[in-house]
Amino acid sequence: MTELKFTKDHEWLRMEGQVAVIGITDHAQTALGDVVFVDLPEIGREVTAGEAIAVVESVKAASDVYAPITGRVVEVNEALTDDPSKVNAEPTGAGWFFKIEASGALPDDLLDADAYNAFVDSLA
Amino acid sequence: MSTLDELRALEDQGEFIRRHIGPTEAEIEQMLAVVGCASLEQMVGRTVPAAIRGVDFSALPAPVNEAAAIAELRALSERNIRKRSLIGMGYHGTHTPPVILRNILENPGWYTAYTPYQAEIAQGRLEALVNFQTMICDLTGLPVAGASLLDEATAAAEAVTLAHSAHKAKGDVLVVAEDCHPQTIAVLRVRAEPVGIKLVLAAPDKLAEVIAAQKPFAVVTQYPGTTGALRDITAEIQAAHAAGAMAIVAADLLALTLVTPPGEMGADIVVGSSQRFGVPLGYGGPHAGFIAVKDALKRSLPGRLVGVSVDAAGAPAMRLALQTREQHIRREKATSNICTAQVLLAVMASMYAVWHGPEGLKRIARRVALQARMLAGAAREGGFTLRHDAFFDTIVVETGARTDALMDAALTAGFNLRRVGDSAIAVALDETVTRGELATLAKLLGGVELGATAGGIPAGLHRGSAFLTAEVFNTHHAEHSMLRYMKRLEDKDVALNRSMIPLGSCTMKLNATAEMIPVTFPGFADIHPFAPVDQARGYLAMIRQLESWLCGVTGFAAVSLQPNAGSQGEYAGLLAIRAYHQARGEGHRNICLIPSSAHGTNPASAVMAGMKVVVTACDRDGNVDLDDLRAKAAQHGPNLAALMVTYPSTHGVFEEQIREICAVIHAQGGQVYMDGANMNAQVGLTSPAAIGADVCHLNLHKTFCIPHGGGGPGVGPIGVAAHLAPHLPNHPLVAEAGPATGFGPVSAAPFGSAAILPISYAYIRMMGGEGLTRATEVAILNANYMAARLRDHFPILYRGGQGMVAHECILDCRGFQQGGGVMVEDIAKRLQDYGFHAPTMSWPVSGTLMVEPTESETKAELDRFIEAMISIRAEIRAVEQGRMDRADNPLKNAPHTAAEVMATTWTHPYSREQAAFPLPWVRAAKYWPPVKRVDNVYGDRNLVCTCAPLEEYAATVTLQAAE
Repeated sequence: MTELKFTKDHEWLRMEGQVAVIGITDHAQTALGDVVFVDLPEIGREVTAGEAIAVVESVKAASDVYAPITGRVVEVNEALTDDPSKVNAEPTGAGWFFKIEASGALPDDLLDADAYNAFVDSLA
Repeated sequence: MSTLDELRALEDQGEFIRRHIGPTEAEIEQMLAVVGCASLEQMVGRTVPAAIRGVDFSALPAPVNEAAAIAELRALSERNIRKRSLIGMGYHGTHTPPVILRNILENPGWYTAYTPYQAEIAQGRLEALVNFQTMICDLTGLPVAGASLLDEATAAAEAVTLAHSAHKAKGDVLVVAEDCHPQTIAVLRVRAEPVGIKLVLAAPDKLAEVIAAQKPFAVVTQYPGTTGALRDITAEIQAAHAAGAMAIVAADLLALTLVTPPGEMGADIVVGSSQRFGVPLGYGGPHAGFIAVKDALKRSLPGRLVGVSVDAAGAPAMRLALQTREQHIRREKATSNICTAQVLLAVMASMYAVWHGPEGLKRIARRVALQARMLAGAAREGGFTLRHDAFFDTIVVETGARTDALMDAALTAGFNLRRVGDSAIAVALDETVTRGELATLAKLLGGVELGATAGGIPAGLHRGSAFLTAEVFNTHHAEHSMLRYMKRLEDKDVALNRSMIPLGSCTMKLNATAEMIPVTFPGFADIHPFAPVDQARGYLAMIRQLESWLCGVTGFAAVSLQPNAGSQGEYAGLLAIRAYHQARGEGHRNICLIPSSAHGTNPASAVMAGMKVVVTACDRDGNVDLDDLRAKAAQHGPNLAALMVTYPSTHGVFEEQIREICAVIHAQGGQVYMDGANMNAQVGLTSPAAIGADVCHLNLHKTFCIPHGGGGPGVGPIGVAAHLAPHLPNHPLVAEAGPATGFGPVSAAPFGSAAILPISYAYIRMMGGEGLTRATEVAILNANYMAARLRDHFPILYRGGQGMVAHECILDCRGFQQGGGVMVEDIAKRLQDYGFHAPTMSWPVSGTLMVEPTESETKAELDRFIEAMISIRAEIRAVEQGRMDRADNPLKNAPHTAAEVMATTWTHPYSREQAAFPLPWVRAAKYWPPVKRVDNVYGDRNLVCTCAPLEEYAATVTLQAAE
């Protein structure tokens, strides 16, 4: 398994070849609280880095989920529709949101784990 | 003293001021001492900035007592002329069942409750709302219905907005059938234009063609049509779907008991009004609009939705579901600003269905339908042609050259009919029409005697499916059963007739009985909104008087009473600003600055008015950051449309720099919109005009005593400075409703919720200018007394420059999490064990409680609340110091039900007594929360919003508990 990369929107991604698996971070799921609903993008949709393409809702907050990279949505985690609690239980595992096939180079502002943790600490 | 002076003094015309204001003169002195002020005047001087002091109250009356005010309103009501209005257009005569009239509409246990945000103490009205949702689902044939909207026209507009946002890729064209109610079309036009929706009207018989050609995102039809024509709309719905559009149908609830529901024809969204289910006409409102949607659209549903969940003990419990849809969370991303709904009227309509049951409703509908067929038969016998043979309750008679004469003859005989163009008359029958009246109408149309029939519901449109099969609609048909069912629900809830509801920003003041009594005077209740204006002279006189008083209160030149809620007032006010810029050739101004501390409705309303929201910063104390405001105003200068600002601020402080804030906006050519949610701190001391605003809304259901009804009705009039007066709302059907130059209607009815305006009229009449000012002073005193007594126990956030709060204060509860793990929600739920509704929780600051006692609470009640808070603070300390368990303590387990406290086993490390009777006076009038803490997560993950599956649901829960 390759190393996780992070964004300042509190998302993580893991590259599997040209395909990025994407979800929200443990910090994000803690801040949201119990997730009750996830709205996922259509498969095949062409997306641009920074575009809001999914929604995650808890009982107290609704938050957009952004495409961290430009490309095409190739798979979504349908299991979240029936059991959104996976986002809380395993945010970087079974709680992944969608996969995007990258159409170009990755953005250069992705963070590694240390940098992301430092970023989260700086918010407190 | 002359005998006349003596008599005047003894008449005590100012008596009501003492009834409305809680503390006595002596208590006010004691409270001032606690606050550290020598007099009310000194207190006000320290609270309200001197630069904005001063109001011209010469327009306001001298106070009169209750008897005089009621007599005055009775006389006004009697100036209205009551005719039998068979006009239809979404408003029909109905018999309010007396058992519902007295025990719901005239009962403070129902009308003084707040929106059911604290679910545990609102189970009664939540159940009634689930009944409403079930009724709407069953009748429309769709699976999910909301807990009411403001009226039919705005429900249609909400449906259109929902379809527009759900179907983003499908363009901006909306096709509307010409036979929708004219007021619905007018409201749709107003709503469509600012957000770029292009409205195309289509003749009913050309609908499919127009849909195919226009490729709209949605289609709106009326079923039956506004003049009664009943068409099978399946083909149009299919045409809509074929074109990729959503099908929205505005439907008549009574008709749906007999005709195929639109949901079964494939409609995506069905809207309408539940007025004819037992809610008086009231010159147009308040009535509960409804909306029902397909399952796939439930997460986009505007307004409130009640869902069934479980409580901490696993028992079924209801609460507001999917709250993340609402604008207080989504703000400028929200597609709707709807907040207040029409709970009281929705409860009435649902109880009408409980009372009559499915068979009773069908009997009423069949009688109305038969009346229509008999009148059609008489007309045909009299030699007239009918415009359509397929109808439910409304017929159109081709009267040709005799139209005027027949309208006059009908009027003379006591009937208002609807003129359709130059040569036809529509008659809409309803359950109040007697056989004698039907005979009179038949004779007018040349029929000899009753008996012949013509037309009716076409064979293919008879409803085949059952409805209202849930037990509740088939049980309470005996009056004792009904009476006790309503009482049982009422007793589950906390309303103002039980204890104070200190909700910050909500102003839960007294709704005096004397103010409520005129609402159901027949002269106010029985007037159709589209009756000839000369039959509504009493209403108009009352409305003009109230407008002029509200001009006095706001310092503005003109007022429109049309908006049905504060959020609708915001929207109307912003449209007035928009129209003003357009009239000056500056229609490009579209930037709306909104401080980050604003109510969530503000950004949502701005988006609906076609504006772009730019958020400006607030400082640590919640005040507008003037430097940031200046920078952003300058940056957007030529495009600046408006600033929306709440005053006193949402943090409960009179900002010293408010005039400067307004000046910054004016310097750039922008207008200032003042959100009047906190108006209760201003009346008589300062005014929106005095701070420099151009337009404001008032919440008559906060500051001017209209009860909250458990979540509506509301009235949100707007006041405007003279330059905006030509741009107020108006109405296409009633010229008196606004200026000819106005932008159109925001509500279905010309004067919004006219029937509840007597409440505010009576309040102002009985208080007079002096009483209103006094009320504001005592509201500020009560809040500062609360702050002074609680400041040693809870940190008080945000005060003005001289240490004073305005009419509300914020208690900081964030510090308790660290030491004892106590959350603000634990405190809110624990207050229920003391019999109190919690203050506003986590708004405007997360982890805090905002307390607004209002002037109407007595010192004794304030002291009771203060004692409860201090007692809770002691419990928190016990947890912090380890004397109580961190997880198993009265705070975490709150609220405690009777079943739990009296169970054979009790396992908690604190006593049952401490759980249920934490202070001696709680024993004297114990309120038992009917359920334990409601599990919001479970409910939102397993959404159930109707009562049909409730028993099944309870069975499931029991099974799970057994596992």
